[in-house]
Amino acid sequence: MPDLLLELFSEEIPARMQAKAAEDLKKMVTDRLVDAGLVYEGARAFATPRRLTLFVQGIPARQPDLKEEKKGPRVGAPEGAIAGFLKAVGLASIGEANIQKDPKKGDFYVALTEKPGRPAIDVIGEFLQVVLRTFPWPKSMRWGEASAQPGSLEWVRPLHAIVATFGPETEEPEIVHVATGGITSGNTTYGHRFLSPGPIKVRHFDDYVASLEKAKVVLDPARRKEIILNDAKNLAFAQGFELVEDEGLLNEVAGLVEWPVVLMGQFEESFLKIPDEVIRATIRINQKCFVLRDSKTGRLANRFILTANIEAADGGKAIVAGNGRVIRARLSDAKFFYETDLKIRLEERLPKFRDIVFHEKLGSQAERIERIARLAAELAPLVGADVEKAKTAALLAKTDLLTEVVGEFPETQGLMGKYYALAQGEDASIAAAIEEHYKPAGPNDRVPTDPVSIAVALADKIDTLVGFWAIDEKPTGSKDPYALRRAALGVIRIVLDNEIRLPLFPTITKAVVTLMNGDAVKATDSPIAIAPNLFVFFADRLKVQLRDQGARHDLVDAVLAQQGQSQDDLLLIVRRVEALGKFLSTDDGKSLLAGVKRATNILRIEEKKDGKTYHGKPDNHLYLQPEERQLAAAINAVKQEAAKAVAREDFEGAMAVIAKLRPDVDAFFDKVTVNVEMADRRENRLKLLNEIREATAAVADFSKIEG
Amino acid sequence: MSDSDLPAHMRPERSFQGLILTLQRYWADLGCVVLQPYDMEMGAGTFHPATTLRALGPKSWKAAYVQPSRRPKDGRYGENPNRLQHYYQYQVILKPSPPDLQELYLKSLYAIGIDPKIHDLRFVEDDWESPTLGAWGLGWECWCDGMEVSQFTYFQQVAGFECQPVAGELTYGLERLACYLQGVDRIMDLNFNGREGPEKVTYRDIFLQAEQEYSRHNFEYADTEMLFTQFKMAEGACRKYLDDGWKAGHNSKRHLMALPAYDQCIKASHVFNLLDARGVISVTERQSYILRVRELAKACGEAWLATEGGGVGL
Repeated sequence: MPDLLLELFSEEIPARMQAKAAEDLKKMVTDRLVDAGLVYEGARAFATPRRLTLFVQGIPARQPDLKEEKKGPRVGAPEGAIAGFLKAVGLASIGEANIQKDPKKGDFYVALTEKPGRPAIDVIGEFLQVVLRTFPWPKSMRWGEASAQPGSLEWVRPLHAIVATFGPETEEPEIVHVATGGITSGNTTYGHRFLSPGPIKVRHFDDYVASLEKAKVVLDPARRKEIILNDAKNLAFAQGFELVEDEGLLNEVAGLVEWPVVLMGQFEESFLKIPDEVIRATIRINQKCFVLRDSKTGRLANRFILTANIEAADGGKAIVAGNGRVIRARLSDAKFFYETDLKIRLEERLPKFRDIVFHEKLGSQAERIERIARLAAELAPLVGADVEKAKTAALLAKTDLLTEVVGEFPETQGLMGKYYALAQGEDASIAAAIEEHYKPAGPNDRVPTDPVSIAVALADKIDTLVGFWAIDEKPTGSKDPYALRRAALGVIRIVLDNEIRLPLFPTITKAVVTLMNGDAVKATDSPIAIAPNLFVFFADRLKVQLRDQGARHDLVDAVLAQQGQSQDDLLLIVRRVEALGKFLSTDDGKSLLAGVKRATNILRIEEKKDGKTYHGKPDNHLYLQPEERQLAAAINAVKQEAAKAVAREDFEGAMAVIAKLRPDVDAFFDKVTVNVEMADRRENRLKLLNEIREATAAVADFSKIEG
Repeated sequence: MSDSDLPAHMRPERSFQGLILTLQRYWADLGCVVLQPYDMEMGAGTFHPATTLRALGPKSWKAAYVQPSRRPKDGRYGENPNRLQHYYQYQVILKPSPPDLQELYLKSLYAIGIDPKIHDLRFVEDDWESPTLGAWGLGWECWCDGMEVSQFTYFQQVAGFECQPVAGELTYGLERLACYLQGVDRIMDLNFNGREGPEKVTYRDIFLQAEQEYSRHNFEYADTEMLFTQFKMAEGACRKYLDDGWKAGHNSKRHLMALPAYDQCIKASHVFNLLDARGVISVTERQSYILRVRELAKACGEAWLATEGGGVGL
């Protein structure tokens, strides 16, 4: 069967877009093949800086024929209707149509049309035109003379040539005809921009890959990555170093070259006085080079690895020298910044924050830092941190934002603060807190464990949340410009991982009070509404978090539904969910759940019917059957015992107690009819059901549990 | 390479002026009009009306020129090896962008002595946007052995208007390129005239004093009260000349003073940069100043499109 080879040859495609573009091309083409009834055997897509390539194997040469039956007018219909029908189905006379019998409505004409499948090459040519016009580049552009007219072709960068061949491996392929934006498809591509720029005639995928390789182009990005990684490791190893691996950088570098050539350069040892992270950031971000570690000391070596796109005539001497010069210039900037920063103590930077707006409606950074420090001091005893240390750490936590190094490399925020704090002799846990108060910054980031770090991290996040809630800038849908979901999730993870008992309502309220006492804040939301609203947000984030960890969402709902303002402790909520999950996996649990649900269902129906709720104690004298008495007695015992267990926060214990109700609940439903004629008896039995509901409500709202 | 018949002191790798002369000859040979710098202070060659305004409208246009660029905030009293508050850009604008623009650009590098057999030349994504000009484009920063030597942009929009057709813009950072070619690490060490011995004139000889004096001026002494007034005056003048230009054109389809109005926009932009360097504009105000300049640029672009240069009467 024929194969399709497609190459879109353009000016340099941004590295970060290549992988997705290759996937998009594959999906767009294969989806359309399937829609056209052309079932293929396999497809692979590739990208280099200058080309997107798709290879689809085993496409049928033709679409299958389509048989269709089209219903026409009834026999004896007016001439106009018959003529219209013939035209629509493409028949010459009505004699060619069949007649279908229908004794009820009368016989009618039916035309059997056969739509012959078209050659695949034509179908592909047509849809490629659409693919090129609707390709989902994150940003695309117009160019050249054609851009004088509206509607000219848009591509990520100017598109220069299209290779589109179609045919079985054994034969000379045909060209799929595509013409757009002044480019007509053909079978010519080009080699490496500098090493082998000439035209290349292409037939099939195999010779295409081989010719490109000969013309110094490695088509497969995975292979380019492999070459770079291997060569870099070997080069490092040969000189007693170790490559500091960096997947993101590797991906980017592989997208910047068609013919990777790995070279090593060096810089003066004196630059190693700069912290490793700053050296790495300088070399990585600005120069897209790898750094090396000294295998013996574990510290960075004064070497770097670059990936060139050419095999240079001088063996790479000029390239290494040039890159080295740029890196030296960058490092001397970084060193200068670092040394300048060390001359000013962190606390001396604080006054400057008065002139920096944090948010128009939330005042200056100085005011925000004050708030965080106050809150951190209040939280400190709750998390076992020293109050003074927490306060100092909070005051210093943001000061590195005003340093030169962080100005140049924003991703070193926190980290530089730690270095500068240590350099000026601060306590180790204060220095650590400066770095860690931003954590966890994402789902894979570490959660701080040092009490001082915890106090500042919580204060920072809670102040942010309360502030944006106060000015009504909550996240909506996919929009969360201030990363508030991340902040809430950060609080949740810190609390849970460290098993911290933190009542949210008083904590939030404290933050609200601090916020409102400042004169900078122009709140738009009622301060009283902030705590409950924010708690709902926390509950939602917690639900998402627990669900991601595999907890049943209905159990989370069941526990949360039972939470009132007095139950605002994230750790306890999670323990309840865990206990509930365990309990429900036992036979007792399952069967009790069935009983409780039955009770609540009956109650719901009857309460709705009667327009009242059945609260209050059942009357002992109105019991008729032993099962009623038995159940009532069991509930009384269980209620007290369960309440005690809950008070001890022993939720598993509470569940075990509640499980004791199971035989009596089962017996009750077995033998007792609730809806009896005698009104007082009926009411008494409904009240007994309510007792079941309330006894179990101590742990969760069972009606929210599924199954 | 192509300039091997030149005397040593004229060669692009030997002198700063030799580099400029080589680029001038190269682009002149390709049919560009070689213009002289615009006679106003501006932050980049893009502000020159030969780029900003000529990029708008249907007419073909090919130009090349050196533009002194002033970035008051980048002053370092002449002490930083690579940062100056006044430096030179070499600017090329080709409209419509020719299909072989990348090739033409690379050949200009070969012409100034960069040999692709031993140097690693790369086009690295860098999208360009000028909030003050209401302009954006897609392109790259061009790297030679890891050093950014040029900006390469396909203009998509200027002054808020779609470019039809699209122009290609090349901007060479001349000092940096010259440092590379001459093998020096500090701009001030550049040989300016290509002579050696007592006849040699360096970049330092010409510009160190200026860097020191202007840094002092930009950061410490520039009269901010006067500058705030100047900003308002330039803004007012720009608006006035725009209004007058429409009136003088007697109908809304012709404008007769787009160029003088645009000069005032350039002026406002530079005054804003000075105020910014003096640190007297807060973060929130900053945004509103940028918006005010952009509004002027847009109105000038609109006026330009109603002139002959902008395509009226074609």
